[in-house]
Amino acid sequence: MALPEIKQTATEARLATLELPTAGCTKPAREAAIARVREMGLPDRRDEYWKYTRPDTLVQAEGTKAALFDNDEPLMFDQIDRLKIVFVDGIFDAEASDDLSLEGVKIERLEDICCTDIHWAKDLYGVLETRGHDPVPRPLAALNTAFAADGVAIHVTGKPSKPISLIYVHKDEASDAFLHHIVRVESGAEATILENGPAAARFNKCMEIDIADGGTLHHVRSQGRDHERRAVTHMFTRLGSESVYKSFTLTVNGVLTRNEQVIEILGDDAVAHVAGACVGDGDFHHDDTVFITHDAVNCESRQVFKKVLRNGATGVFQGKILVKAGAQKTDGYQISQSLLLDDDSQFLAKPELEIYADDVACSHGSTSGAIDDTALFYLRSRGVPQEVATDLLTLAFLAEAVEEIEDEDLSADIVSRLESWLSRRR
Amino acid sequence: MLEIKNLHVKLEEEEKQILKGVDLKVDSGKVHAIMGPNGSGKSTLSYVLSGRDGYEVTDGAASLDGNDLLDMEPEERAAAGLFLAFQYPVEIPGVGNMTFLRTAVNAQRKARGEEELSAADFLKIVRERAKSLKINADMLKRPVNVGFSGGEKKRNEILQMAMLEPKMCILDETDSGLDVDAMKLVAEGVNALRDEGRGFLVITHYQRLLDHIKPDVVHIMADGRIVKTGGPELALEVENNGYADILAEVQ
Ligand SMILES: Nc1ncnc2c1ncn2[C@@H]1O[C@H](COP(=O)(O)OP(=O)(O)OP(=O)(O)O)[C@@H](O)[C@H]1O
Ligand SMILES: [Mg+2]
Repeated sequence: MALPEIKQTATEARLATLELPTAGCTKPAREAAIARVREMGLPDRRDEYWKYTRPDTLVQAEGTKAALFDNDEPLMFDQIDRLKIVFVDGIFDAEASDDLSLEGVKIERLEDICCTDIHWAKDLYGVLETRGHDPVPRPLAALNTAFAADGVAIHVTGKPSKPISLIYVHKDEASDAFLHHIVRVESGAEATILENGPAAARFNKCMEIDIADGGTLHHVRSQGRDHERRAVTHMFTRLGSESVYKSFTLTVNGVLTRNEQVIEILGDDAVAHVAGACVGDGDFHHDDTVFITHDAVNCESRQVFKKVLRNGATGVFQGKILVKAGAQKTDGYQISQSLLLDDDSQFLAKPELEIYADDVACSHGSTSGAIDDTALFYLRSRGVPQEVATDLLTLAFLAEAVEEIEDEDLSADIVSRLESWLSRRR
Repeated sequence: MLEIKNLHVKLEEEEKQILKGVDLKVDSGKVHAIMGPNGSGKSTLSYVLSGRDGYEVTDGAASLDGNDLLDMEPEERAAAGLFLAFQYPVEIPGVGNMTFLRTAVNAQRKARGEEELSAADFLKIVRERAKSLKINADMLKRPVNVGFSGGEKKRNEILQMAMLEPKMCILDETDSGLDVDAMKLVAEGVNALRDEGRGFLVITHYQRLLDHIKPDVVHIMADGRIVKTGGPELALEVENNGYADILAEVQ
């Protein structure tokens, strides 16, 4: 079907600004991705899937500038022993990064694997992204597959002793970056991937994660605090039987964030948890879009999303659980909640369930509410000042999402971060 | 210490007068009890004194050690030494009881210009005081009052009081919902805090509590006023005869 003319023009205008990276083995995948972009067209605000979030600044040919966020805060995950891989405005920084060798995992730059002929990356790069357009197209992910100049391929074959930490530094006010990572967790292997930082003024990130039978991946990320940064991220995850994927995302600040998670559960007895906590103030728009497909027996999925919004901030949640025929004994849970600290802020939620199996337990709920006055008074009556009491109740509200992080050091880091950010704003 | 003069209070949202001229004075070192029929305004009085929203003071005054209470924020009243044990303690999911206690203790210390308690000192004190109220480690770890039984919630109120060491303690029906042994624990908790520098206002429906916490003065509240004041014998009279005689007598 031909695209509407406006859409086609906008798509071509964007494509015209981009150059295909010289990228050996991913070249066919990239060319195919360009074709997909042309076929789908880049999103505009007439698209149903972008009803609550305007995609124009993510799509338009020229990116917008974002001032660097100056602060003296300790670095994220600083207390945690990890293997650091640093990208500055979307480009790998070898000097700032650790040596990439670690037992149980092989990490390569996309650029470096492109010369070898046979590589597992060929079976993954762009593959999950391609699968992810049904039933809803995600053209910005295809755009990423085509043009991502950098990224890493992480091959987990054992149980690496420390997390692999992807650090996204933003240095150039006008940067417009793409990163594409692929992760393959082999059978019985287990790893933790951390991501943090603003990355760029405008950032498009795509991650494809393939977890084999019995593999486990923990994924914790914190998106940078630069107020004016814009980001669209896609995470495509495919799960084999008895595999586990647990992801948590923290977002504080950022004028525009769209995080899409597409999860396909293909093997029996698998577990997928996705959680997110965000705190937005003022000119802040945060969108979590999740699509989980159950296509196997006796699997569990959990979505826990919490948003704290104030001074006119907007939060969006679009979450779907699709249970295919035959995916019996599915246990699907989805909760999305917002805490609105004033009347100017808003939360737009579209929770969906689509079920074609008869023996399943799925539940979903979405709420929007203010701080509980009774609890607030109770705390104040014990001498806790109003702002401190509000912060305590705010953290309490976010707790259910943060508790999804299994590692106690990581969750403690996230909590202390939240505490200091909340108190700094006072 | 606590001085309430001609206090008139109505609901903020409605034209409903609840307190219609309350006069009351509690000197330090004294225990006053308030009894009175349901709906007479006892809890309202305690809420207005501690600064809850939703009420409008239309006349009168209330002060603690000469400082105008009605002018202060709830947290300032607490730091000034006022404490209310709630008739219905509030559940706060997601906030650990221990975090709550430590935040409260240190916030009050800070407001008074005192040094904050170290984590170790705090832990030592809280364990000791929790133990005497038979509050176990699990209840300290759990979210504030969430899943606590009625009696556990009341004991948790007394633990907060013991930690905060307020000058003026208002207990709103802390005895209701307590079994006999728990009532003794609570009374012991209160008695342990009784001293020259501290006043108590104990709201109750039952003489039983007053067997354990001997009041110096007993007031009867009805329809938004203190209608009668006397000694401990007044509580016995209520226990035996109800309010009818007293109310008839004052009308
Ligand atoms: N927020 C409110 N909205 C409506 N009515 C209220 C409110 N607060 C108090 N009242 C009314 O004011 C009156 C006094 O209530 P209060 O709770 O102070 O009584 P009490 O003496 O504590 O009663 P009890 O012995 O049953 O605890 C009651 O009629 C009650 O319904
Ligand atoms: Mg009452």
